[in-house]
Amino acid sequence: MTGPIGARIPRNEDARLLTGRAQFVDDVHLNGMLHVAFRRSEYAHARLTAVDVSAAREREGVVAVYTAGDLGGYWKPGPLLVSPPPIPGLVFHPVTQVPLARDKVRHVGEPIAMVVATSRYLAEDAVEDIVVDAEPLEAVVDLELALAPHAPLIHEELGSNLAAHAIQRKGDFGAAKSAAAQVISRRFHYDRGASAAIETRGVVAAWDANAEQLTIWDTTQAPIPIRNGLAGMLGLLESQVRVIAPFIGGGFGPKIMMFYPEEVLLPWAAMKLGRPLKWIEDRLESFTATTQERGQIHDAELAVDGEGCILGVRDRFLHDTGAYDTYGLTIPINSQCTLLGPYRVPAYDSEFTVAFTNKTLVTPVRGAGRQHGVFVMERLLDLAARALGLDRVEIRRRNYLRPDEFPHDHAILFQDSAPLVYDSGDYLPALEEAARIVDYRRFISEVQPRRRAEGRRVGLGIVSYVEGTGIGPYEGARVTVEPSGKVRVATGVGTQGQGHFTSFAQIVAEVLGVAVSDVYVVTGDTAVFPWGTGTFASRGAVVAGSACFAAASTVRTKALALAAELLKVDQSRLMLEGGKVSEVGRTEHAIGLGELARRANPLRGAVRPGTEPGLEATAYFGPARGSTASGVHAMEVEVDPETAMVRITRYVVVHDCGRVINPLIVEGQIHGGVAQGIGNAFYEQLRYDESGQLMNASFMEYLVPTASEVPPMEIAHAETRSPLNPLGVKGVGEAGCIPTGAAFAQAIEDALDEPGLEILEIPLSPNRLFELMQAAKESGSMTVGGPG
Amino acid sequence: MKPAPFDYHRPETLDEALALLAELGSEAKALAGGQSLVPAMNFRLARPAILVDLNRLGALAYIDQQPDGELRIGAMTRQRAAERSPMVARSAPLLFEAMPWVAHPQIRNRGTMGGSLAHADPAAELPAVMVALDALCVLRSQRGSRSVPAQEFFTGLLTTALTPDELLTEIRIAPRPAGAGAAFLEVARRHGDFALVGVAVELRLDESGVCRSARIALLSVGEGPVLATAAMAVLAGNPTTAARIAEAARVAGQRDIDPPSDIHATAAYRRHLASVLVGRALTRAAERAARPAAAP
Repeated sequence: MTGPIGARIPRNEDARLLTGRAQFVDDVHLNGMLHVAFRRSEYAHARLTAVDVSAAREREGVVAVYTAGDLGGYWKPGPLLVSPPPIPGLVFHPVTQVPLARDKVRHVGEPIAMVVATSRYLAEDAVEDIVVDAEPLEAVVDLELALAPHAPLIHEELGSNLAAHAIQRKGDFGAAKSAAAQVISRRFHYDRGASAAIETRGVVAAWDANAEQLTIWDTTQAPIPIRNGLAGMLGLLESQVRVIAPFIGGGFGPKIMMFYPEEVLLPWAAMKLGRPLKWIEDRLESFTATTQERGQIHDAELAVDGEGCILGVRDRFLHDTGAYDTYGLTIPINSQCTLLGPYRVPAYDSEFTVAFTNKTLVTPVRGAGRQHGVFVMERLLDLAARALGLDRVEIRRRNYLRPDEFPHDHAILFQDSAPLVYDSGDYLPALEEAARIVDYRRFISEVQPRRRAEGRRVGLGIVSYVEGTGIGPYEGARVTVEPSGKVRVATGVGTQGQGHFTSFAQIVAEVLGVAVSDVYVVTGDTAVFPWGTGTFASRGAVVAGSACFAAASTVRTKALALAAELLKVDQSRLMLEGGKVSEVGRTEHAIGLGELARRANPLRGAVRPGTEPGLEATAYFGPARGSTASGVHAMEVEVDPETAMVRITRYVVVHDCGRVINPLIVEGQIHGGVAQGIGNAFYEQLRYDESGQLMNASFMEYLVPTASEVPPMEIAHAETRSPLNPLGVKGVGEAGCIPTGAAFAQAIEDALDEPGLEILEIPLSPNRLFELMQAAKESGSMTVGGPG
Repeated sequence: MKPAPFDYHRPETLDEALALLAELGSEAKALAGGQSLVPAMNFRLARPAILVDLNRLGALAYIDQQPDGELRIGAMTRQRAAERSPMVARSAPLLFEAMPWVAHPQIRNRGTMGGSLAHADPAAELPAVMVALDALCVLRSQRGSRSVPAQEFFTGLLTTALTPDELLTEIRIAPRPAGAGAAFLEVARRHGDFALVGVAVELRLDESGVCRSARIALLSVGEGPVLATAAMAVLAGNPTTAARIAEAARVAGQRDIDPPSDIHATAAYRRHLASVLVGRALTRAAERAARPAAAP
């Protein structure tokens, strides 16, 4: 019988969520609350000459209208959120977003004015009353043209649209290339999408002038940094600001501590007006005002020897950061580091250039650039295998790091500024398991030829990836046993559907010997737990989970010490199980945890010096560096060669996130990630026209895969524990979406088996696939066919 | 995404509705299922000054059959009702086959037969089906009633033969002749999306397999449903051989349509898809015409 950790149990929070009793930001209704709408830029790039809000101010029901000029000293650019790692020779020009545009607008959707009214309807009517005089400027949309010599300047003071440039190298790629049997060189495109969370962003802010207390409900993944930042901006003590991140319908990255204009403006206006304010982002706003995924263009080369062993990789890539680079270089560094994958790469020469464009800001979205690196590397390996006549599974097998090569130092820096060192891993079993589940040999030797003979085109993709997870700096947790015997856990990370109320409860239940359903977890309320950073980078279970473990362990120690005293039994003879401490072999000689909690907090008598009242402990955990999860995805597709429509018929994931706390939750994370990856690969693409207008800013035109498009998934777990935390866990939040594009591309190529047909871009629409098929046919008939 | 201010009327009878339309003129917009109009209003793309809500006109929700077999569908019939109607399945197999392709069940529960036709979205299934079936649209106003063949009802992008004081009240579908076989096909990015291209065909074959008549209507390839007259001419009077069908399919894609390019499909891809789908639909319809028992 195993304990709560590892148990496949339904989630503690599901009853609340499924019966509609979970509180989301839009469920907050306060007396006298006013509603906010924003006038946003219709231009991607324009100089503002005048903003006339007089008619809006006069509209009945309008309480206030603010422009940049009305903000006075409160107007300033937002904070730089992540400083870049100390890469030698790094160039980095930070320019962060402003609360309301003053002289220029730099992307469609950038806020220009804020309207406060008695209803959202009236606020939107007043938004239309505002007259914006703007002088349109040529927009920078194309990533490559952004850095052309005479490109229009987005931030004039910089003199160019260059946001950053960095080179990381190890070994000697030149030497590797000259020694190579094959060098594969290609250009890869990976375009941007939206995170498309089911719940858009929202903020409610209320200032209690009597208590001098500001309360903010915010759809943020990181309530504590938001509280700290807002306190500083508003001149309040951190203790005067309470940020509550209640239930949130999906984070996926863009809800991190962004200090979005709306997040900064509502608290300020709520204090100024003395009225609670609510702003709920609508879907149209969400498409242009919420940060987006990343577009990159890679020129990459892979050098392999005659056996297919990697000698070196060279990659030069462009990264589109949008109008501002508030989130530093996390994404391109993720791409750069994750490209190395589970492979031994003796020589690596990676250079990236980040450009500003007149598009919405790019910040981490699930995967956060990792999928770009994986796509490039996996495609290069496929092409190398093809060039050498090697099997795709075999070329991967030959290049995997072996278990005895860990910890493995890749000799470059990761996004958290720590060296890129893999803690542990065992890659080959996962590959073999995936190949076994999809019956790889039989597929290529029997299934595929048989279907082909029937005129059908089926293909299989099988790819590998690693995911850097669980980075620092730290998280904390407080564990308290109540007199009822139930246990309260408080932690600072926000929760957006990850199952924290269950995973953390399982960890604490395991340590304290109580039922998982008796552990009540509170997350994301700065008044309940004021220290921490937030939920991002697949770090909740690793970092906050380990803090829960540490705090629960201290409570256990306290409980056993007190029980030893009360039961007059040596501690070594005591066990903690079923919510009771009892003597081994004499279970009737026991005392309940609740009773211990009561005895530890007496109403009379004295608490001895050196002890603390109650059964409670607070602990913090900060890992030395991130832990590296990994996995293999295999996908079967069927392509209709006439219509270019693709159907995913099978999806297999073999996944290693170290010790699994709850397989049901891990699988849920993978299901969601794969769905997002499928969207990214085939359906979702933000399409901008040459003037920087987003042409598909609705769910009618921006295609998110639905239950009809996402196949059932077969999931198997491998467990290579991390030595970097007491639980041995690794993160899993982003794994599902990282290798999907690479698997999709390989599977389609495999299905069509058309000489000259290479899938070097993601997303790949059926229209684009049709064009590639036509081009391959035409080039094929020119070079091969034709009479004499 | 809140609509601009508007006035609202909810008549209880058809007469009352027609009186309101006569009085309010082009300021007013009829609201049926609201599945296209309400989102457009929320985007403030549509800004009707006045809405005339037809949802109380229960008398316009019916599916009947005349003694001669003619099918009559009231304009306020929910799409889901037509989808589940044995009478539709029996009398208009083409319509029956197309119904599940109309958006999603949730939308069909609310969306109406008349609403979809009056909205006249070029990517919608029902207009093309009605053109292929040569259905009649019954239009009513205080001035009287008139019947317009579907092909003439659709006059351009989101426009119809309806005058501001008229309502589409009924759709009439004549009994299908002996030897008829139909098929509906479309390609959409996701199930339930507007089609990249769709096709509704109905063939009538004589006993020797010669095509007596062919109706081919395409959707999402022009400003409204497009009747592929050149392709139809390739078939009419000729045996429906594979080569004939292939030629009709080629002609449909190359000559009958002048499709638009948008973010989901270029004109070239649409032409290609139109040919592929017309070929497949004709093949299926010919099989069904030859073997009536296999009809849906």
